[in-house]
Amino acid sequence: MSEAHAQLGFWRTYIFSTDHKMIGIQYGLSALVFLFIGFSLMMMMRWQLAYPGVAIPIVGGLLKASWVDQGAMLPDFYNQLGAMHGTIMVFMGIVPLAVGAFGNYVVPLQIGAPDMAFPRLNMMSYQAFVIGGLVMLTSFLLPGGAASSGWTSYAPLADIATTGQTFWLIGMIFLIASSLLGAINFIVTIVHLRAEGLTFFRLPFFVWSQLVTAFLLLLAFPALQAAAVFQLMDRLVGTSFFLPSGLVVGGEATAAVGGGSPLLWQHLFWFLAHPEVYVLILPGMGIVAEVIANNTRKPLWGYRPMVYSLLVLGFLSFTVWAHHMFLTGMGTTMSTFFQATTMIISIPSVIILTCLVISLWGASIRFPVPMLFALAFLPMFGIGGLTGLPLGLAAPDVHLHDTYYVIGHFHYVVAPGTIFALFAGIYHWYPKVTGRAMNATLGKVHFWLSLVFMNGVFMPMMFEGMAGVSRRLFDPTIYATGAAVHGLTLMTSWSAWCLALAQIPFIINFFWSMKKKERAEENPWQATTLEWATPTPPPHGNFTEPPVVYRGPYEYSVPGAGSDFSPQYVRA
Amino acid sequence: MEPQYGWWLPPNVSVHGDEIDSIIILIHWFMLALFVGWSIFIVYCLVRFRQRPGHVAVYEPIEARPSRWLEIGVAVGEGVLLIAIAMPVWARIKTEFPTSDPLIVRVVAEQFKWLFHYPGRDGVFGNTGAEFFSDDNPAGLDPDDEAGVDDITVRGFHFPVGRPVIVRLNSKDVIHSFKLPVMRVGQDVIPGMEIAVWFEANATGKFQVGCAQLCGLGHYEMKADLVIESPQDFQAWLDEEHRALGLD
Repeated sequence: MSEAHAQLGFWRTYIFSTDHKMIGIQYGLSALVFLFIGFSLMMMMRWQLAYPGVAIPIVGGLLKASWVDQGAMLPDFYNQLGAMHGTIMVFMGIVPLAVGAFGNYVVPLQIGAPDMAFPRLNMMSYQAFVIGGLVMLTSFLLPGGAASSGWTSYAPLADIATTGQTFWLIGMIFLIASSLLGAINFIVTIVHLRAEGLTFFRLPFFVWSQLVTAFLLLLAFPALQAAAVFQLMDRLVGTSFFLPSGLVVGGEATAAVGGGSPLLWQHLFWFLAHPEVYVLILPGMGIVAEVIANNTRKPLWGYRPMVYSLLVLGFLSFTVWAHHMFLTGMGTTMSTFFQATTMIISIPSVIILTCLVISLWGASIRFPVPMLFALAFLPMFGIGGLTGLPLGLAAPDVHLHDTYYVIGHFHYVVAPGTIFALFAGIYHWYPKVTGRAMNATLGKVHFWLSLVFMNGVFMPMMFEGMAGVSRRLFDPTIYATGAAVHGLTLMTSWSAWCLALAQIPFIINFFWSMKKKERAEENPWQATTLEWATPTPPPHGNFTEPPVVYRGPYEYSVPGAGSDFSPQYVRA
Repeated sequence: MEPQYGWWLPPNVSVHGDEIDSIIILIHWFMLALFVGWSIFIVYCLVRFRQRPGHVAVYEPIEARPSRWLEIGVAVGEGVLLIAIAMPVWARIKTEFPTSDPLIVRVVAEQFKWLFHYPGRDGVFGNTGAEFFSDDNPAGLDPDDEAGVDDITVRGFHFPVGRPVIVRLNSKDVIHSFKLPVMRVGQDVIPGMEIAVWFEANATGKFQVGCAQLCGLGHYEMKADLVIESPQDFQAWLDEEHRALGLD
């Protein structure tokens, strides 16, 4: 394959590439841009929450007249920002970065494959993602603005919302199609294209995490795809999938025939969106496992139990969705079932986390930047997981449901959890992708500031939620509960803006390191997995000759071996 | 006395609230113990096993025992929380409705206000229907139904202390959520279905009802006064409302 590549022009190399590495880079750069956009939307929301009714500095004067009143945010714009922040971060930021970028770039290398199984499908998946993303962003330019019914788009509110919601649904249909194409590709690639000698139990944990993630995407997303089409039909052709009879909106009876169920949307949505939570976290766990094994200089403790836990987690993630719906009028039988599954699913998560922590025992721990992020992932994800407990039990959920406690909880999982894991991955594989090392000092500055401010953003939310402050309020201070926690709100907002500043060292490091003359070593971390067997950066077709695998993925400090790492691809 | 709000659980004036609060606090101690235990272990490892000259990693340092006990401990802890505490409380507060002389109130939610509908002196709600909604008739009462003549419909929520209240929640348009933080009550209000929820207050005071489910651009200001009164004051308020209807 490598010879076929030699003379492709600019367009085929960079834009319409079928090479998994270029597609991975495309996904990565697009996702980082989307993450930045999603973060920017949130920073404007934080201004409104901290200083309600005060003109937004810098950008306030530039915004559309229907969004702001003399520079101060209007409630409708706040709702648009909220809905689009969630949508962009989940579907256009984290998943494309974790699966599209890291999965695409690293998986074929780690299994010793020349490319993904279906390279053109792969290109199509990226293109569908870009179209979906552009449709989402364009919706801000509509007269009524973007979708404003939350990232969850609950019906009937979303059914009767402005045209932005139609764009949201069309965008989602593209994004889902993109994920489905990618998922099939990953499954086929991992099952069929493993190098000689690379049995399933010699796969790096990261590859396992991508395999389970691909199954989750493949099996869960069609439910939302169908639901999105239903909602689109409700909006455009007058069906009533989610509209009950007798709706009176703003004093006017609606024209809908009725007979539909608003709860049907929630079931379909959460049937996707709970597995989606694991789609957000599993690749992160995979990256952390790679980085920890590499920097502890010993095998992961409990590799097999971790893999089994991953499979159990994947399976159980389809059985817990209605714990998002305890307050929709659920009886004891139903709530008991979903509480029980929710408690059970915490066990494999605890096993994986415990294995990673115990892997530190007896190690010889190095602290390069990727390891710092991977280590911080453990307690941060720990907080995210633990705060899920009171939410997963229906009785305490009565008080905490739809409060800032929920926001704090899932952000701890996804922001200092997954995003830290993704940063670990970026710092870890950057030398493989670019052939250049990132600056360690800038990396450490980035890490420590991010750690402090991430907690500054999300820890206060736990207390706000405990105090009973509801989420999605344009101005919580009009409630007694909200006014009492305004100090915490200010802390969150200022931490968020500082967190943005803390990303500057990363952005500088990211671009500046690319231009360095000095090349990174071929295997700078002395790692054992197959991606380090290729030339750096890997050429089209990846391996100069097909690799053969002789041992498990984390053979570090093997007794009697000459060095403290024994790569999978080196015969003993 | 003015209720005190702060950075922790808000005041609780409901009979069942203590149970919810104690579960929340118990779980947080459990979480804190796990988190502190984990953190100490991690920090200890990072210091003791840091890379330094003369220190090497061990290929297979430990047997499986310590983790297995931790797993079992967590599983048992969660099992106890679930079976012994969370499930019975949920059953009691959500499904075991009071039968001894409860006050029944119908609540109608719409963008972006709450309406509280009391049955009046006859104790019977007038028939309602979507076709009767108008600005003058926000509860959608059937004008031809005698039972509806003495019904009270107001924008503030009044109920007496020490008497169970059953609220029947209805929505005219989209999903709302009936949120009474001080009563530890939260219940989604879903169009097309009527959902009942019950509670009993153990103290009087003035508080707020809020909407906890995004319901549109005015969602944030969808609140109402919550007035918990002595039975005498509540009766006086009802009499006042009846006079306002011209029934005395």
